[in-house]
Parts: sequence; C-alpha cells; structure tokens
Amino acid sequence: MQSSLGQVNFTSIIFFLIFIAVTLYITYWAAKKTKTTKDYYAAGRSVSGFQNGVALAGDYMSAASFLGICGMTSLKGYDGMIYACGWLVGWPALMFLMAEPLRNLGKYTFADVVAFRLKQKPIRIAAAIGGILVLLTYATAQMVGAGNLIKLMFGLPYEVAEIIVGCVMLVYVLFGGMIATTWVQIIKACLLLGGVTVLLLIGMSHFDFNPGVLYGEVQKMYSVKMLNPGGLVTNPIDAISLGLALMLGLLGLPHILMRFYTVPDAKAARKSVMWATTFIGYFYCIIPIVGFMAAVLVTQSTISGVDKGGNMAAPLLAELLGGTPFMGFIAAVAFATILAVVSGLTLAAASALAHDLYLNVFKSGVATEAEQVKVAKRSTIIFGICAILIGILFKGQNVAYMVGLTFAIAASGPFPAIFLSIVWKRFTTAGAVSTIIVGSVSAVICIILSPTVWVDVFKNKEAIFPLRNPAIVTMTLAFIVAYVVSIMTPDPEAEAKFESEKVRCYLGVGAE
Amino acid sequence: MGKTAHEIVTSDRFKALVRKKWNVSMILTALLFASYYGYILVVAYGKEFLSTKVGEFTNWGIILGVGCIVFAWILTAIYIVWANNVYDVEVDELKKSML
Repeated sequence: MQSSLGQVNFTSIIFFLIFIAVTLYITYWAAKKTKTTKDYYAAGRSVSGFQNGVALAGDYMSAASFLGICGMTSLKGYDGMIYACGWLVGWPALMFLMAEPLRNLGKYTFADVVAFRLKQKPIRIAAAIGGILVLLTYATAQMVGAGNLIKLMFGLPYEVAEIIVGCVMLVYVLFGGMIATTWVQIIKACLLLGGVTVLLLIGMSHFDFNPGVLYGEVQKMYSVKMLNPGGLVTNPIDAISLGLALMLGLLGLPHILMRFYTVPDAKAARKSVMWATTFIGYFYCIIPIVGFMAAVLVTQSTISGVDKGGNMAAPLLAELLGGTPFMGFIAAVAFATILAVVSGLTLAAASALAHDLYLNVFKSGVATEAEQVKVAKRSTIIFGICAILIGILFKGQNVAYMVGLTFAIAASGPFPAIFLSIVWKRFTTAGAVSTIIVGSVSAVICIILSPTVWVDVFKNKEAIFPLRNPAIVTMTLAFIVAYVVSIMTPDPEAEAKFESEKVRCYLGVGAE
Repeated sequence: MGKTAHEIVTSDRFKALVRKKWNVSMILTALLFASYYGYILVVAYGKEFLSTKVGEFTNWGIILGVGCIVFAWILTAIYIVWANNVYDVEVDELKKSML
C-alpha cells in the first residue's frame, strides 16, 4: 500500500485549522469570563458533572495511548489488550477512595487537601515539588511524542512542531484559563471518541460486524499466537508493580485532581468520575479491536514499515478505509489530543507554582485577586516555555519510560499523602512532607537504576534495581515513612482539627 | 437546635455513616484489586487457560480482558447508585440537624 503519511496533507491541515479556529474562538469567549482565580483555576466551579466527565476523559486519553495501544495490538496481538485494561482500573479506585473528600476539602490544588489541618508552608513546598516533578515528566513524554508524531504525520520539522504545540497551548491556558482548557478537552474527547467509533464501524463492516470473524482472520493470516497472551507479563511482580502505578498513580496526578474543583459539589464530582469511567472504558475496549483490524487490513509489514513501533497503525487504517481525507482527520485528532493534554498539564503546573508556592508560601496566603491571576499567568508562561525547551532538548531520546515514571512518582509521592491526610487522624506535617519527598525521590532513583533506564537507555549490562516499575517498592516505602515519622512527631493541633475536617470531608459543610 | 461540629462528629449517626462509607469503598476497592490483579496473575500463570477457545476463534483471554474493563465499570456504577440513594440522603439529614 502506498501511503501519503508524512507528506503535506491538505485535508489534515484544514481539519487542524478548523480545530484551532474553534478553540481559539472559545478561548476568546472564555477570556472575557476569566477574571478571578476561581475562574482561572476552576472555571468558576460552573462545569457540570457530565461536562467534567468528558473533560477528564479528554485529559486522560492521550495520543500516546491511542496510537500506541493500536500499534501494539496490531503488531503483538493480545498483549495490547492487557495494557489497555491497566489504563482504566485507576478510575474506579479514584471514585471509591478520593473523589468526594477531594472535592469537599480542596480549593484549587491537591495541596489544599493535604494542608487542610497541617502547617501550610512545608506542605505546600513539598506538594509543589512532587506535583511539578509529575507534571514535568509527563509533559516531557507528551512533548517528545508530539514532535515525533507530527513529523511522521504532517512532515513538519520536529522543532517547528514543538513550538506550534507550545504556543497554541499557551494561548489557550494564558487567556482562557480553566474555562478554555475544559472546552478544549471536551471538544478533543468528542473528536477522539467519534473518530475512533467511525473507524471501528467502517472497519467492522469488513468483518460482518462480528468480532469472532475478525479474530478468525487474524488467526488465519498470522497465527493463533496473536490471540494468546505473549511475553508482556513474564514477571508477575513487575506486572503488578506497573498495575499499582497505573491504578494509584491516577490518584496523584495533579492535572486530573485539579479538574475536581471545576464542579460545584461532591455529587457532581462523583458523577464526573462515572462519566469519565464510561468514556475511557469504551475507548480502551475498542482500541484493541482497531489494532486487530489494522493488522488484518493494513498488514503488519506495512505498519512496521512506516514506523517500527507501530504508532501509525490507526492513521494507516483510516487511510485505507476512508482515503486521505479520513487519515487527515485522524491525524488532526491526534494533534488536537496532544495540544489538549499539554494544556491541562500547564494549567496544573501554574496552580502549583502560583497558588501553592507564591500565594501560600511567599505571601503567606495574602494577595489580591488581580495579583494572583497575574502570577498564575506568569507561571503558565514559565512552564510552557520549559515544556517547549524540554521537548527540543529530548529530541531523538527514548522517553517511553517517562510515562511509567510519571505514574510511579504520582503513586509514591502525592497519593499516599492525600490519602492519609483524609483518613488518618495522627498524620502530621513532618509525616506528610517526608512521604511526598521520599516517595517521589525514591521513585525517580529506582527508575533510573531499573532495566527501563539503566539497561535500555544507558546501555548497561545489568540493572541495579530489578523491577521495570518501582511503584510496589516505593509506594510501600512512602507509607512506612509516613507512619514512622508521624508517630515520632505527634501534632495535637492537627489532630484537634481532624473533627472539622471530617465534617467538611463527609458532609461537604463549608466546602468551597 | 443546631449542633456544633464536635457534636456531629462524635454522634453515633455520623460515626456509623463514615464507617458505612468506608466499608462500601473498601469492599469495592477489594473487588477491583481482586479482579484486576487476578487477571494479571492468570495472564502470568494461566496462559494455557486463556488460550482455550470459547467460540470458534474467541478465547478466554479476550473475554477476561474485556470482562475486566466491564467489571470495573460495574463497580463504579454500584458505588454511584449507593452514594446517590443512601449516602446523600443520610448526609442531608445530618446537615439539617446542624442548622
């Protein structure tokens, strides 16, 4: 098959320009409504549960997982499905353990929850360090992925792609704040879900709309091995550790947690997780099917011929089924996806820098609204420029480990601190600070010493730390540190405030 | 007459509500863990079982993989039905007693 991937594709440019035009118009509209910090960080708490659910799905479904899991299934078969499953299971956990307390206790960031009855300054500094670490590693993975994908799909130079993504995203976040970011996520989620559904329907028409027929074709063309579990889970401890990181890391991702403050109350927060789970579950159920279809219709040799990792399986399938225009559409959706995810990360980073560090540490909580918004916007620019520079700096690097690292840090640093501050009366300031720092830093160190980086990136023969994802060790360590340090530093003042925290946490009385 | 935060938190009703909430949350979380990590362990140790065909071409692996996602969704739905119909009602009544 002759593919026009990587050449200048007018349909995809037109779709992309329409997307940019619509989202910039929304940004213009949002900018007029964005005056206070509540508007800037939390869209004035005016987002409905359903809208927030779609936006959460938009924040979470990245181009990497869309293109990556399609590619993995098309080349490796069943293993793509195991991977897809892991991406969903964090959402129910988020619902059961944190959704309502998070909404009731916080204002703009997860640090609000941890600092509720503990000492503001140390907690804010630790939370900002942990949060920024998570956001930076995630942004690196997204930006490098973005540059490579755009180069493959549009034929644009890598650096130009980085600068376009960075600048457009900055416009959304800088002028439109959370209102614009939310709508960018919603539009992107609809485009992505719609695009994949159309791909699924057209594709399945070749298989009588019967998955059994599709699996039969896969088995006949390749071998029955494609349908059976392969080499992904060779070491179960490794698989469980990765599973823990994916599941509980979600509960520590600042840009996801921040979305909970855009809805009016805990009931709406709950509703948004339900909708997010629905859309994300649907997405991860059909992505492997699209991958299998690509294997049969496009064939593995064509897919790996364009990109060894298989990332172009979905765009190639779209080209085969709907010609260049449809491929252009899917490519534009992937581009929009990257833009939206990076916008969410940048806004979360701005809130950590401006709300946690500037307002609550340097200004001790006292600053005018205008000043706070100004600092938030400056922080947005700082993080945005950092993202572009990191993207360019990491050009050509293998950053596949970055996503795993992001979830490992989030599961080991922010998550234990938030969870314990909600449920454990005797949790103390020193306990929380050491949990976040020890958890985050140990996750980073263990990943560097693990086979993922020590062997795959640094080309050493043997890894010092045996697991590919350290969460099972570093998260346990964080909880142990939290317990030991809290017991050693009793804090009667914080314990006394636990009662009023409980009233707000479980009943929502006094929630902002 | 309105009650203070202290009276609410120490009331049996509030304590029972919080206990009930965490019981429900923990049972659902345990089911989620059991299903997902159970699936991972079956993938690790039961490859032959997963390769067994159910239909002509579909095998247990595919069914369990999709089943894992569907089951997670069902657990989420159970929680929201419980929270809307039981938890919120209790919360409203407790809040009224505070006024």
